[in-house]
Amino acid sequence: MPVDIKNFLTHFFVTGYPLIYGADASIILATVAILFVLTYFKKWKWLWTEWLTTVDHKKIGIMYLIAALLMMFRGGVDAILMRTQLMLPNMHFLGPQHYNEIFTTHGTLMILFVAMPFIFALFNIVVPLQIGARDVAFPYLNAISFWLFFFAALLLNLSFVIGGSPDAGWSSYPPLAGAEFDKGPGENYYLLSLQITGIGSMATGINFLVTILKMRAPGLTLMRLPLFTWSVVGACILIIVSFPALTAALALLLIDRVAGAHFFTMLAGGMPMMYVNLFWIWGHPEVYIVVLPAFGVFSEVVATFSKKRIFGYTSMVASIMVITVISYFVWVHHFFTMGAGPGVNSFFALATMAIAIPTGVKVFNWLFTMYRGRIRITAPMLWTLGFIPNFAIGGATGVLLAVAPADYQYHNSYFLIAHFHQVLIGGTIYGMLAGMYYWWPKMFGHRLSEGLAKHAFWWFNLGFYICFMPQYALGLMGMTRRIYTYPKGLGWGPYNFIATVGAYMMAIGFVLIVANVVYSAFYGERDTTGDIWDARTLEWSLPSPAPHYNFAVIPHVDRRDAWWVMKQERKEGKTTLDLQQEPIRPIHMPNNSGRPFILGVCFFTVGFGFAFSWYALVVLGFLAVAVLLLVRSFEYEDSHYIPVEEIKETEAAYGRL
Amino acid sequence: MSSPDEHMRSTHREHGLGVPIAGFILSIVLTIIALWLDQQGALPRDWLITVVLGLAVIQIAIQLFFFMHVTESDERAWHIWLLALGFLLVITIVAYSMWIMTFGAEAY
Ligand code: HEM
Ligand SMILES: [Cu+2]
Repeated sequence: MPVDIKNFLTHFFVTGYPLIYGADASIILATVAILFVLTYFKKWKWLWTEWLTTVDHKKIGIMYLIAALLMMFRGGVDAILMRTQLMLPNMHFLGPQHYNEIFTTHGTLMILFVAMPFIFALFNIVVPLQIGARDVAFPYLNAISFWLFFFAALLLNLSFVIGGSPDAGWSSYPPLAGAEFDKGPGENYYLLSLQITGIGSMATGINFLVTILKMRAPGLTLMRLPLFTWSVVGACILIIVSFPALTAALALLLIDRVAGAHFFTMLAGGMPMMYVNLFWIWGHPEVYIVVLPAFGVFSEVVATFSKKRIFGYTSMVASIMVITVISYFVWVHHFFTMGAGPGVNSFFALATMAIAIPTGVKVFNWLFTMYRGRIRITAPMLWTLGFIPNFAIGGATGVLLAVAPADYQYHNSYFLIAHFHQVLIGGTIYGMLAGMYYWWPKMFGHRLSEGLAKHAFWWFNLGFYICFMPQYALGLMGMTRRIYTYPKGLGWGPYNFIATVGAYMMAIGFVLIVANVVYSAFYGERDTTGDIWDARTLEWSLPSPAPHYNFAVIPHVDRRDAWWVMKQERKEGKTTLDLQQEPIRPIHMPNNSGRPFILGVCFFTVGFGFAFSWYALVVLGFLAVAVLLLVRSFEYEDSHYIPVEEIKETEAAYGRL
Repeated sequence: MSSPDEHMRSTHREHGLGVPIAGFILSIVLTIIALWLDQQGALPRDWLITVVLGLAVIQIAIQLFFFMHVTESDERAWHIWLLALGFLLVITIVAYSMWIMTFGAEAY
């Protein structure tokens, strides 16, 4: 082989690590297997018409869910590799560079490609059904959001085997992440994939805020909205007001890197601290974006499985909105040590502590809802109960971190690592899993096995404490984050060993969750009623899975927990009223379209081009995007009507007519 | 899906294409002015920053009135609250970032 071609190839493909060759092999094998299965079972057409081109919010939600679980697997493997490396002092399992790459992709994946798609999965699956709507406000845009996320995730994951992965941490601070200290395409991959998925997230935020404000069923006033939907309102507002800061920060850093500008270098009047500032203007609201929907899930689950209405509905709504606003005023707590001065640090320390108040209100309301309720311990309820002590500890350590002078002691130590995993896993991930178990029957028409779910929960929950409690101690003993190994004789060994055992237990928990998904697809109890939990909100008035138009007739709502009240009144014989009071009329639905998928491919091309500074690809990609937007602008036939006969047939098949 | 095409038709009936095109041209002109002022280098630095910021505020107004039609709605004006929140947060970012970036240079 000529030398320069060989040179190019060894730089293009990452070489030299056995683990990477393993990844190469498994990517190729998995791709071949998928292609084979699709071709063998003649599923290509089905895949395209039913999934890749769909604009149905329920299917988009399911795709988000699958992607989130896959990415959780990838991020989890990263976590296991890191914990294995840290298990004993002076380990040589991962090298320093490889360790840097792994914690960077782990953090980036977990926040942007696990937590975000997981909440979007539930937004999509639940919100329209809860508010009595037939789709989101902009179904086509919704599909675009998904495909941008999907191809951004692909781009980031590709970096591991092609070109080299980012290695400057998930926060990617310059100057470390600048062109001078971080050559090669790795950081560009990071910048571009976040930028692309950011466009999608922004669109999702707008889409769901508009959906909730404008498309509620008649009578469903804001103060009658289910609390999950309320939490989505909060998350969407935060998305809309915070993502622009990330967009700006990433764009400026990209210009620095590829065009030699000096926004964030000390040369020519630039200022790296400005990146840190912009990053966390987004970064802090981001953690509330992912935890608010989890709060929403807990509110629904606690009420349903205590057979009581939620305690203090109004204060719940108020606390969601207060959290939404205050969480925008706390970002400096991520860089107290930057030394912005006592005035700045005091203000942001106080604002941070203030968040504990509305959060505390919510925790007490959940407890009071359970008080004297008829509690059923099901899988969603287990994760909810597991969440409460987690969040109490995570919240308490958060307040400790908010004490600015004290933070100088444990900033960027394992104390911090333990704290944020406690709230991100114990809050967001527990919440999303609770939501997944809770709405699974609504998505697929069968429930997940309770037995397996209990095993998974206990492995995961106990593993969590065994993994992360020792890390608080490690932090106080001086172990800093992002170090790939440590010497003997510091007393860190035993704690790290225990932590790694805990991580393995969590991995077993995750495997059991996936096993449950597979097992229940075959043996899970079918849901024939549509209301398998005897729940309270409108989505449970529909059959499971819901027909693609959701509601044959849009329901009229006249109070909170409309479905529950209606069931009670029917039982007492007070009313024979049905949700379906009006005659069925033809239903107006959006058409499927292949363009969102292709748009994703185009943005992927742009991102890949930027990563390697191959500008021909960038231009080509952008041109294709422009053409696709133009085509859309002149599309007049983008919807159709479902005739009454077809609706009647579908409803009859569900036994509802 | 409440018929979006009806809605489209009604806004078109009210404005035609003139308003968005005027807004488009105005916002391009403002951008060019900002770039030109910067490239000229005639204004002192503080003035330059002030003027460019002023132009940015006008851009916001153009977005709101020419493209988003903030003043036209037959329903309750929900968006006023959201706009107020938006303004509060934008001002927050700018003012607080300036405060943070002084690194305690103000007197204590
Ligand atoms: C099985 C569960 C998990 C384990 C064992 C685990 C373990 C770790 C480890 C060992 C690090 C690197 C610490 C260092 O060297 O500085 C880390 C960093 C991180 N983790 Fe996790 N993690 C888990 C799940 C999660 C989840 C669910 C999230 C978010 C939703 C998350 C977000 C992060 C972030 C943001 C970082 C910082 C990355 C950076 O320093 O740039 N982790 N985790
Ligand atoms: Cu924060």
